[in-house]
Amino acid sequence: MMEAFNMSPLEFVLLVLGISVVAGAFGALVGLGGGIIVIPALTLLFHIDIRYAAGASIVSVIATSSGAAAAYVRERMTNLRVAMLLEIATTSGALSGAFLAGAIGGRWLFIVFGLILVYSAVAMFRKREDAAPDHVPPSWLADRLRLHGRYFDQAVGREINYRVTHVPLGAALMYVAGVVSGLLGIGSGSLKVPAMDLAMRLPIKVSTATSNFMIGVTAAASAGVYFSRGDIDPFIAAPVAAGVLIGATLGSHLLGRLKGKAIRATFVVVLLFISAQMLWKGIRWR
Amino acid sequence: MAMNAMPPTPDTGANHADKSRQVEILISVLLRTGVVASLIVISAGMIVTFIHHPDYARSSEQLARLTKPGGAFPRSLGEMTAGLREFQGRAIVVAGLLLLIATPVMRVAVSIFAFVYEKDKVFVIVTSIVLALLLLSFFLGSL
Repeated sequence: MMEAFNMSPLEFVLLVLGISVVAGAFGALVGLGGGIIVIPALTLLFHIDIRYAAGASIVSVIATSSGAAAAYVRERMTNLRVAMLLEIATTSGALSGAFLAGAIGGRWLFIVFGLILVYSAVAMFRKREDAAPDHVPPSWLADRLRLHGRYFDQAVGREINYRVTHVPLGAALMYVAGVVSGLLGIGSGSLKVPAMDLAMRLPIKVSTATSNFMIGVTAAASAGVYFSRGDIDPFIAAPVAAGVLIGATLGSHLLGRLKGKAIRATFVVVLLFISAQMLWKGIRWR
Repeated sequence: MAMNAMPPTPDTGANHADKSRQVEILISVLLRTGVVASLIVISAGMIVTFIHHPDYARSSEQLARLTKPGGAFPRSLGEMTAGLREFQGRAIVVAGLLLLIATPVMRVAVSIFAFVYEKDKVFVIVTSIVLALLLLSFFLGSL
């Protein structure tokens, strides 16, 4: 592939660093891995090979997760018990996905990635309520495992008690989310957030914070495979990791002050735009 | 909702809440430490790389070589250690990246002890399975 710009390695590093700060902040705010911005930026803007982009992205997902989770766990936005339980499903899914990735060509990676982005955009657009959901069906398993929780919601200024349901369905969706993240190097928070929000009925803020927490472990399960396969090029991954770490830390402190709806609306538009580009790239593959 | 009775907890209320809070703080501090440490090592590695290769700040031909498939960089612990002995910038970066990758793994490992401390057998088992799956994926990945 041809070079997009004539730039020196230093210019490349600084540009990628800057984009990654934005990606990290975005990822921390909406509960997705920074990969959802990093992969398209690296492949479309800098014409980096999709495998190196996916390798850098898996690093970015871990950076987003750890950078933001430090704050979210302290603020009790993360439901630690739900996260730990569902990590069984996501890690086994990620293991399956990482090995399939070597067998699937670049073209299908683009198409699958594009379709996942369309799905994420629709799912994110449909979720607009803020408080804890009403009429949550009782769940023996959730009671037994003490998955229910409470957190202080800054936007409404009071503590929200919430209950969790449909644990097996949530776990099944998490396995799928794990496979996708292993395949594409994205944290698939795009699948985790809807699973927790729509199936398990967690409040939206808890869903995004818990997703943020979990995506790091899912990505770590795949990262070892990516590393030994030689997909993590330090020259590409370093500015991504550093930028995303800085961005996610900043973003996690911004969340309380910003309006969730505005961020969500912006991000849906960005997702749709990028998904169209990725699908186009896959469809006209030579 | 608020009207619903919270499910019974095995430990007595206040004591259990205190322990849960301590665990939250511990996990938060652990994540913060991993983040700061890896950020420092990765940045140091990049600085060393640019000091060793001053032409990277000017030549645009070098970028294609650095980012095209099949580039020469460490992809195993052995190659990384060898690179570190020669004080290679990219080996230092890889060390920082591995530190970053290890952070969630450490978080899971520490959580096992946290649930032991909270006397929560089910979640000791749950978290142990997650750690086992993580270690299995590293083992399979290195084959």
